[in-house]
Amino acid sequence: MAQDDIISKMVVLHSTFTLPSDLVIKIYESKADVTVKETCFGLIIEGKRQDVDLVAKEIRSLDPNRIFIKERGVPPGDPHRCRAGRGGGAKPGFHMHEIEFTLLPFITEALEEIERGDVFEKKVKSPRITIEYLKKIIEEEGGKEV
Amino acid sequence: MVKVFIYPSNSLILSDLVDRFGHEPLAVMQEIGKKIRTAGIEIPPINITPEDPKKGLKYAAVEVPSGVRGRMSLLGPLLEEAEAAIIVKEPDISFGCMGCARTNELINFLVRAKKVPLLELDYPKTQDDAKEFVHSIKEFLDKLGGE
Repeated sequence: MAQDDIISKMVVLHSTFTLPSDLVIKIYESKADVTVKETCFGLIIEGKRQDVDLVAKEIRSLDPNRIFIKERGVPPGDPHRCRAGRGGGAKPGFHMHEIEFTLLPFITEALEEIERGDVFEKKVKSPRITIEYLKKIIEEEGGKEV
Repeated sequence: MVKVFIYPSNSLILSDLVDRFGHEPLAVMQEIGKKIRTAGIEIPPINITPEDPKKGLKYAAVEVPSGVRGRMSLLGPLLEEAEAAIIVKEPDISFGCMGCARTNELINFLVRAKKVPLLELDYPKTQDDAKEFVHSIKEFLDKLGGE
């Protein structure tokens, strides 16, 4: 993976106090050689891998637990993805994004817990239905013990 | 830094968590990006080059649906690079490039066959599930070391 490869990164923001415009300003301040597109969910950054990685690291520090970043295959405004040229409808990848977006507040909460250093105790889950629960179901359905 | 294969391979959450905890996520977006930026491919990433079926044939026989081989030409090279893997079991969100059940089965099999450190999880549905999800990933990635 060469540092000079051109890549795009998608920045998804799930915050009540940081706006995509705040992130854009931070990127402009860094004077990095990247292209930035502000979107409804956050930003898309394109440039050389080394620059994009550096910028991504910088903007993550603004609100670390509420900024989520992944690499994106297509560049910003790509005609193969842009709905203007595809006759409308959801962009490929939208559904994945939509479903994961609903989980982001939970992930934020968990990341904050890690940041605070809270000790997490894993719950031991029973792999199968327990005898007590099975008995309860039988009783609820009107079954009697023979 | 360890190269961690993620499944679903286009997951924002998995990709972000692996990157956040200091490792390199191996995601399908990287391969798509290479296709998009290769001059001469007419409608990337839908079009494939003559090299792609050859890569796909390494993982699936010729009578297997062509979609499986096409997808494997993207995901196969990632699997070969993988030094660890995080798999979310039966995700509901297998859309788009992840929307082929046979490819997904094959990938799950190949990851297991590779015998790399593997973490299997369920997608979180509640806050407690999410805590367990993130803590498990952190614990797994910390154990990989390699910083």
